[in-house]
Amino acid sequence: MVGKSIKKWWPVFLLPTAVAFAIGFVWPFIWGIYLSFCKFTTVKNVKFIGFSNYSKVFADPTFSHAFWLTVLFAFLSSVLINILAFAIALALTRGLKGTNVFRTIFFMPNLIGGIVLGYIWQTLLNGLLSKWGQPLLALSAFNGFWGMIILLCWQQIGYMMIIYIAGLNNISGDLIEAAEIDGATPAQILFKIKIPMIMPSITICTFLTLTNGFKMFDQNLSLTGGEPAKQSQLLALNIYDTFYARSGAQWKGIGQAKAVVFFLIVVIIALIQLRATTSREVQQ
Amino acid sequence: MESNKKLSRTIASVVLAVICVFYVYPIFAILINSLKMNKAITTSGVFQLPSADNFVGLANYVEGITSMNFLKSFWYSLVISVMSVVLIILCCSMAAWYIIRVNGPLSKAFYYLCIFSMVVPFQMVMFTLANTADRLHLNNPYNICIIYLGFGAGLAVFMFTGFVKGIPLEIEEAAMIDGCSPLQTFFLVLVPILKPTIISTAILETMWVWNDYLLPTLVLDIKKYRTIPMAIQYFRGSYGTVNMGAMMACIMIDIVPIIIMYLVCQKYIIEGVVAGAVKG
Repeated sequence: MVGKSIKKWWPVFLLPTAVAFAIGFVWPFIWGIYLSFCKFTTVKNVKFIGFSNYSKVFADPTFSHAFWLTVLFAFLSSVLINILAFAIALALTRGLKGTNVFRTIFFMPNLIGGIVLGYIWQTLLNGLLSKWGQPLLALSAFNGFWGMIILLCWQQIGYMMIIYIAGLNNISGDLIEAAEIDGATPAQILFKIKIPMIMPSITICTFLTLTNGFKMFDQNLSLTGGEPAKQSQLLALNIYDTFYARSGAQWKGIGQAKAVVFFLIVVIIALIQLRATTSREVQQ
Repeated sequence: MESNKKLSRTIASVVLAVICVFYVYPIFAILINSLKMNKAITTSGVFQLPSADNFVGLANYVEGITSMNFLKSFWYSLVISVMSVVLIILCCSMAAWYIIRVNGPLSKAFYYLCIFSMVVPFQMVMFTLANTADRLHLNNPYNICIIYLGFGAGLAVFMFTGFVKGIPLEIEEAAMIDGCSPLQTFFLVLVPILKPTIISTAILETMWVWNDYLLPTLVLDIKKYRTIPMAIQYFRGSYGTVNMGAMMACIMIDIVPIIIMYLVCQKYIIEGVVAGAVKG
């Protein structure tokens, strides 16, 4: 009955969102796919050239470098963030004194934007590196890469910790108590009960950290700017750079093709990851 | 056994406290540097407290606010965030109710498109989106909220549909039998029930819009309108010597309101994150 009576009200309920969604997402997306097969500098002089942009993408050494760096970055940051966030969540669900204060402080960096975070850490890390007599972030791709890892851990551990805490608090106390009575050691409780029971949280956290790692842009731009010589460029920054920083008529089309490849990579990784971890979830 | 447990708890507390220092220190470092004279801010000297001869008080703050036109940026950021989030909440909650209650193939298709849009990286649409926004004159701080509605719809529709599914149909039927029009049913019956989700979604979307850098940079005219992240990047990224003191001060003015807001509505922010993740 409700469905029937609101059905003809779609111009009020559905249309505003649908129109904005079409303008803000659907149309740019479809047009973007089309443009990846074209050579263009502005939207007025578009020439269809088929797959040649794509072959140039894979021939561009900066792209393959950024690709492997991003893969390494996303996996490493995801593993580190999840392990540390889970460890902190375990500690914070034991009823320690000051749990709320700790939780508040750990979550705080999430509210600060990527650009500002990048500059905060650039100041600090460059200070440390110069004290140790090491090359600064902008001069060493190795330092830049680890700088980004530290930054992303600092930013995201708190967020994942919140999700893990919620998951751990959902495990019924009876289950743990029963295991303790049966003589399970703390390690057994952790690996045989807690971890299997919070698999849904692990699924969502690895999904978030992996996709965030792959899509990271702001922090990369402000912390290292891709220096030295594009050696610390992740994929998102590489695409931006191809679009807006390189001169030459062919680069916008190549940039758009890179963006399509990037999009496919993110979707494939997300699907594989979701399948891999959801299959390990236990039925309650 | 008992003392063993006590020991491990103490160790855990100490470790957590040490990690806390790592979390607070970076912001503290920016604070102390924002109080130093510009010349005294050197790469290796960032860890030193300001001394009597390089302490300048709030001079950097005044300098930063005036040279970056910070108040204007603050205003643009505020307008964009408030308008976008209000619009997202209003339109997406209505759309979500429609999608769930009128469960036709069109609703389903729209729903799945929204989910899909959450995975797509922004670089995929950045060029075409900026162009579309220019053509439709959505390239100023007062109209950009339509772009944000389109790009933020994915998360909001997803959160709201997840919640509307759990609301028993009888409540709405009763309201309609009593003579409520669909709009009245929505605003008088649904909105009060949806309130927790509205708060959670509003917080997640605000965190995104307030800190967003790339979308406003590409869509807005950077010479006329700069949001706070754009102003900081522009300030730092421009060539020549950067006024480090003013830079640190601006970072502080950007962070302080966020931290105050966080401490005030901490409970809702953390609930919002959990709600978003559980629905996911």
